[in-house]
Amino acid sequence: MSGKVVDTLAKATPPRLARKFKGLSDRAIAWIFVAPTIFLLLAINIFPLIWTIRLSFTNFRVNRVNADVKWVGLRNYERILSDPDIWQTMQATAHFLFWTLFFQVLIGFALAYLINKKFKGNDLWTTIIVFPMMLSPAVVGNFWTFLYQPQIGLFNYVVSFFSGVDPSSFSMIGSVDLAPWAIVIVDTWMWTPFVMLICLAGLRSIPDSIYEAAECDRASKWRQFWTITIPMVLPFLMLAVLFRGIENFKMFDLVVQLTGGGPGSITELTSINLKREAFEKWRTGYASAYAVILFVTIFGLASIYVKALNKVKER
Amino acid sequence: MKASKFLIATALAAMTSAGSTNASAKSLTLCWAAWDPANALVELSKDFEKQSGVDMKFEFVPWPNFADRMLNELNSKGKLCDLMIGDSQWIGGAAENGQYLKLNDFFKANKISMDDFIPATVTGYAEWPKNTPNYWALPAYADVVGWTYRKDWFAKPELKAEFKKKHGYDLGVPKDLAQLKDIAAFFQGRVIDGKKVYGAAIYTERGSEGITMGVTNALYNYGFKYQNPKKPYDMKGFINSDGAIKGLEYYKALYDAGSPPGSSDWYMSENIDAYKSGQVAMQMNFAFIWPGVNADKNVGGDRTGYFANPPGPGGHFAQLGGQGISVVANTKDKDSALAYIKWFAQPKIQARWTEMGGASAMRAVVEDPKFPTAQPYNKAFLNSMAIVKDFWAEPSYASLLLAMQKRVHNFVIAGKGTAKEALDGLLKDWTEVFKDDDKL
Repeated sequence: MSGKVVDTLAKATPPRLARKFKGLSDRAIAWIFVAPTIFLLLAINIFPLIWTIRLSFTNFRVNRVNADVKWVGLRNYERILSDPDIWQTMQATAHFLFWTLFFQVLIGFALAYLINKKFKGNDLWTTIIVFPMMLSPAVVGNFWTFLYQPQIGLFNYVVSFFSGVDPSSFSMIGSVDLAPWAIVIVDTWMWTPFVMLICLAGLRSIPDSIYEAAECDRASKWRQFWTITIPMVLPFLMLAVLFRGIENFKMFDLVVQLTGGGPGSITELTSINLKREAFEKWRTGYASAYAVILFVTIFGLASIYVKALNKVKER
Repeated sequence: MKASKFLIATALAAMTSAGSTNASAKSLTLCWAAWDPANALVELSKDFEKQSGVDMKFEFVPWPNFADRMLNELNSKGKLCDLMIGDSQWIGGAAENGQYLKLNDFFKANKISMDDFIPATVTGYAEWPKNTPNYWALPAYADVVGWTYRKDWFAKPELKAEFKKKHGYDLGVPKDLAQLKDIAAFFQGRVIDGKKVYGAAIYTERGSEGITMGVTNALYNYGFKYQNPKKPYDMKGFINSDGAIKGLEYYKALYDAGSPPGSSDWYMSENIDAYKSGQVAMQMNFAFIWPGVNADKNVGGDRTGYFANPPGPGGHFAQLGGQGISVVANTKDKDSALAYIKWFAQPKIQARWTEMGGASAMRAVVEDPKFPTAQPYNKAFLNSMAIVKDFWAEPSYASLLLAMQKRVHNFVIAGKGTAKEALDGLLKDWTEVFKDDDKL
């Protein structure tokens, strides 16, 4: 900011306000402006985090406030990490996370690549494609349970039409083998448009001149795709993976509506399991330890990923 | 001067409006599940409003979210509910955590006797600790798991002949659980009136309490007991007895052989839909749905029959449903809340409650000689209420319930492991819960 502008702004400051701040250093004024935000962050992020860590070493239950709270040390952590059921929910989450990201990136990028080509009705198709992500997950969960119904569900009829299998002979959300894929399909249907939009932004940010230069160098379309398109879209793609990864790690509503975590516990993701421990069983201390473990896992993975993302950007 | 006049006028107006608000401010909020009986209670409560001048408000939550929402309310000491018609299993926690008012003195002062109610409902809905005269609720809605069946299908001569030939006994109301499975399997995948139908809609829901409320009807009747009657919380050999294992295997066999495809997560409403749409020959459900089934234009009237849960080799029981009405300790108007309970406990109100679609647990109502024949389902209701048994009502009931949901669903629906492994696992989970509660 030029000195002239600063002078103008200084003159515009009301005299009463100016008198108040007279004598305060720039650093002090900066602190005054930043303090409310820091206070809010401490109050709604840092304090609950510290409180959760503290609770994780106790047997506290929020529904029994009159009961004695015992310090149990690392017992909650030991129980969680040695519980095979919790490892099964981690496995279910990993399966869900991996395959949803895989399909969403693959299909999302393919759709973005197609939509990026100039053709008639391009805007209309874009609107139609992004429609699923505008819906509420609860609504999506509900109507997909109908689509998956073996007797009346459209999904089973479509599969039957192409494969000849009796539609009522299989149940997507009732079978141990199919249920994990049932939730992957719905999440992919709903969130692929989000990945597509981010990829589209990446594709549209590539200057035409680079392709023109490549054409002059007689680079094939295939070569252009691998040496220009992919590297330049990669930071966008990685960002989409980060967003979807974080979202899907804490996936709750959609899966609860679809399967309730079943059959058995085959689709019980960590967030569903954690919610049951914290707000149905009311094991607050135990659930706090569980939340801390999940926080450390997500934070660790996200940090490594962001570093990788920054490296890709620097290239 | 003008300003001070204006201030005085404003203050007077504020005082007047405050006064008028106070005069009409007596109101009570009653919290319950969102279902047909709740609508009947709204109508019934108009009489209380007329008599007392208290304005009744209602907070009804759909069943799948009912426990979550209301237990949150109680645990957070919220001020939403003055009266709570809470599930029978909540009574232990609500009593021990001071969330409900103890009603003994109030009952005594107002000559409300628990002897006037069906004993099983008093134990199930009002007492904590169980089988002691400590009352935290008034039995409000008597309910139990029972069965409906397609009388018109059962009466088809060709089906009767085929069934008799196959099984050697008549197609009719099953005399035991084994017959119930035979019948369910007989109807499975059969085409009736040009439509493919299935055996029985049973409870399989995973998320809240569904499969537990269903499987217990088999477990109890094969010999499952919650604990050693002589030594509380001693569960080994009771919840995983040989009989209990057979009971769990039976429920899985019933699910595999006689339930509609895709019914892996069904509870009350899904079972009703399946039955009313003519998909199934039999339906397991709480008795509260029976008036609705009877009135249904597709399956109601003579086309449907009702029967109590059939016995098994280990006994004859049915899962208790229903609720008691309690005064929430945090109520802002204890006197009006107690006045509502007093009004509700009157025999004439209880009789009207049943007439309007409720289900009174008052003996004067259900022991009336006209009652068994007043509705086609009343006899089955009485037979069922005579054999009820309930799930744990411990303060940790939710942990106990969720463990059972998981273990049973894993075996029955997901087909993982054996029945013995499932019940041994349940023993481990429940032992851990009681250890955490310092009860073991």
